[in-house]
Amino acid sequence: MRPQPPHWADQLLEWFCAPHLIEEVQGDLQERFQKNLKFFGEKTARWEYIKGVLGFIKPFALKRNVKSSQSSLYLNIMISNYFKIAFRNLLRYKGYSFINIFGLATGMAVVMLIGLWIYDELSYNRYHKNYDSIAQVMENQHLGNEISTFSTLPMPLASELRTTYGSSFKNVAATMTYEQIIAHDDKVFTKLGCFSEPAFPEMLSLEMLSGARNALTDPNAILLSESLAKTIFGLVDPINQPIKLNNAFQQRVVGVYKDMPKNSQFNNLNFIAPVSLIFSGGAGADNWLSSSFDIYVQLNKDYDKTAIDKRIRDVLYQHSKDASKPELFLFPMNQWYLYGEFKNGVNVGGRIEFVWLFGIIGFFVLLLACINFMNLSTARSEKRAKEVGIRKAIGSVRGQLIAQFFSESLLVVMFAFILSIVLVMLALPFFNKVADKETFPLWREPFFWLAGIGFTIFTGLIAGSYPALYLSSFQPVKVLKGTLHSGRLAAMPRKFLLVMQFTVSVTLIIGTIVIFRQIIFAKNRPVGYSREGLLMIPLTTGEIQKNYRAFHDDLLQTNAVAGVARSSSPMTGIWSSANNLEWRGKDPNVQAMFGTICIEPDYGTVVTWEMKEGRNFSEKFSTDSSAFIFNESAIKQMGLKNPIGEIVRWHDKNWKIIGITKDIVMRSPFEPIEPTVFMIDDRQRPFNIVDIKINPAISSREALDIIEPVYKKYAPNSSFNYKFASQEYENKFRAEERIGTLATFFAILAIFISCLGLFGLASFVAEQRTKEIGIRKVLGASVASLWRMLSKDFVVLVMISCLIATPIAYYFMSSWLEKYTYRTEISWWIFVIVGMGAMVICLLTISYQAIKAALMNPVKTLKNE
Amino acid sequence: MKRTYLGEFEEIVLLTVAILGDKAYGVSITEEIEQQTGRSVSVSAVHAALHRLEEKYMLSSYMGDATAERGGRRKRLFQVTALGNRTLDEIRLLRNRLWDNIPLRIFSTSR
Repeated sequence: MRPQPPHWADQLLEWFCAPHLIEEVQGDLQERFQKNLKFFGEKTARWEYIKGVLGFIKPFALKRNVKSSQSSLYLNIMISNYFKIAFRNLLRYKGYSFINIFGLATGMAVVMLIGLWIYDELSYNRYHKNYDSIAQVMENQHLGNEISTFSTLPMPLASELRTTYGSSFKNVAATMTYEQIIAHDDKVFTKLGCFSEPAFPEMLSLEMLSGARNALTDPNAILLSESLAKTIFGLVDPINQPIKLNNAFQQRVVGVYKDMPKNSQFNNLNFIAPVSLIFSGGAGADNWLSSSFDIYVQLNKDYDKTAIDKRIRDVLYQHSKDASKPELFLFPMNQWYLYGEFKNGVNVGGRIEFVWLFGIIGFFVLLLACINFMNLSTARSEKRAKEVGIRKAIGSVRGQLIAQFFSESLLVVMFAFILSIVLVMLALPFFNKVADKETFPLWREPFFWLAGIGFTIFTGLIAGSYPALYLSSFQPVKVLKGTLHSGRLAAMPRKFLLVMQFTVSVTLIIGTIVIFRQIIFAKNRPVGYSREGLLMIPLTTGEIQKNYRAFHDDLLQTNAVAGVARSSSPMTGIWSSANNLEWRGKDPNVQAMFGTICIEPDYGTVVTWEMKEGRNFSEKFSTDSSAFIFNESAIKQMGLKNPIGEIVRWHDKNWKIIGITKDIVMRSPFEPIEPTVFMIDDRQRPFNIVDIKINPAISSREALDIIEPVYKKYAPNSSFNYKFASQEYENKFRAEERIGTLATFFAILAIFISCLGLFGLASFVAEQRTKEIGIRKVLGASVASLWRMLSKDFVVLVMISCLIATPIAYYFMSSWLEKYTYRTEISWWIFVIVGMGAMVICLLTISYQAIKAALMNPVKTLKNE
Repeated sequence: MKRTYLGEFEEIVLLTVAILGDKAYGVSITEEIEQQTGRSVSVSAVHAALHRLEEKYMLSSYMGDATAERGGRRKRLFQVTALGNRTLDEIRLLRNRLWDNIPLRIFSTSR
């Protein structure tokens, strides 16, 4: 075989040399090689060849020909040109760009906030590692014709489940949570905490900062939360420090756990103490008839909920033989928060509705922002039509034009994305306050960025799709000749989008108004007593109870107090109930539930209730200790014609009905009044609350300053704790108000975004018609008539939106109101007002542009050509 | 008139292409220059010059036949363009004019 030039040199040449030169270069070198071979021999030829190859390491040989590498380089230039044009367009029309970017950013910020909110809702309770295996034992009682669901159960059920049914459960823990007095030296606090069985901290997978989770087996132990330990002990090590609980139990701190996050059901537990303390006074831990414990179970892996439900269903009934035929079932932790409502024994959802609602609202707000973008882009399409025509004439194919407009919209969306992150950061503190959350942006989560960027691209594509597809469909000949008439039909999609936008906004506004009307309606509901200056002091320790008479008399001596009385439930709740009342004519097959409240005779005057029939309790009649006062709803439930003087059988005793009060709202202001019975026999229900009516002549602040020393005198070891009935009553509206505020927030944003879009469109239309307006003015049109002409189109569109929004809003809001028994109706005037409001806002938005256009000097507008 | 500047080597390459007529390609040009000037020239230098001349529109090129000694690869054959011809003429005229302007006295003394 003839000698060949060195292979590696050839390879080197092929690697660095530009592809379009390789053939001639290699050919020439090869030819030289053959000649050298002939004249000087192989060695020299090879050497010369290598030198020749190295000699070609020169710029001209390295540089790739532009034409040959068309695919990559061309594209780069083209795309950079797209972005250049996009930037120029953004800068040239600053107003439009602002509306576009700001509108979109607002929409995206709203969606991000909603996303954070939903994320937080869905992650509720997930802090607990056993999230998927914890369940609460619940009870369905057959009461009347309905099934009611309760979560409080008797104590012995826990040990029964543990011993007899232990194979199904990994852990069982009974707990009881309420506010207690916790003291160390002279520091006294009233804090919410719980008594629990030892397994509870383990089940919750508490993060211990010091001490052990399972230390509660010691009956004198107590676990504190980090924040409570800090408030009590400051920098001192809390471990083994003494704590006095409820002025009775001497406990020792055995552990400190990290505060649970706000989105945990147990977030408010400041301490955990052994449940055995409750029974140290001799109260029976084996009482099957007293239900006041929450029982939680941790299930084994791969449990079968239906099988366990079936197994434990009748456990309670077997022991209590209660007439309401209680049935037990498990309520898994992953449903507690979002599916917390039961109706007739069946789970009917709960907060998940709001997750959906806000998810949908977020989607719509984003849709509005996208519509804005599309609307403005299509409106401006005529300005860009020539550009499209020229591009097409030069040789752009449609795909390239589509790519151009997509890259333009991506650019805008990218700006909007950055701006929206800024907006979210600004709005987050406010949003957290309104939504009562501790959400924070997930900057560090890669998921967030993935979602954010995916979302940007998605929005860019959606928002850019219409202009991209629409603009690229122009025919260059027509455009360049100037005969492109985007007549009536071209404006149709734009009008359609505008109508859609306003429909959504108007629907949201109507929804918001209905929500607030419902809140106001419930707030204005006659409550049946006077909340003004009504103070409630919980009797958490025995100190006040022991010297109650003296405390009572001392209070009345001060001029700050108009009346004092004890009761077993606060004014804003019913803490106990009974279903075993018997009366003449009662249907023996039907159970009836009554709230049971023990009061003192003065109670009626303190809370100023109104008697409908009969009389109030009185100390003058010793027989009143076995007398009942019912409320109106109770009498209605019992179906008694002449209730006064009737005898009711309860706890093997005869009780005489001596009076009927008008209905009092004690529980939910949205629900019907619970049938309630009042008595003064405090052996049936212990007193828990002291109700104090403040002297109306004195401000509540002054009154508190007078009452506190009196309280301290009798209860030196307790903290002075009080609640105003009016405040507690307000709290019942929190959830609804929160929804209302959030909805307002979104509705305002929606209308704002819509108006931005409208503003842009109006200015566009006005600009387009400058010449026409100029001519009209020259011919004598007045400003008013021009304004009318420019506004008319939009007003009609907004009117159409209102007409469409009305039935939609009506449908959704009436189904929302369904769930409230006590509800407002949706009156027609709401729609009228919202419609007029939308019209006014729309007119204001347009008028700025319309009047500006109408006031323009016709000389100027007509001159330029 | 503004004229494109030609380097000395470029001028030689351009002239060589003109000499070789329709047989001007990398190797033949290299060899011709070597013969005419007696100095050793690298193929890459010639290629670079050809490339530059083509960019200046003094040369045009087309792909020729393939031969066995080239390993079956085609040659790129070069031709002088009209611009190239005119440039060569102008250079020559300029040189002549300069030569003509040298005073005879200098010639005689140098002789």
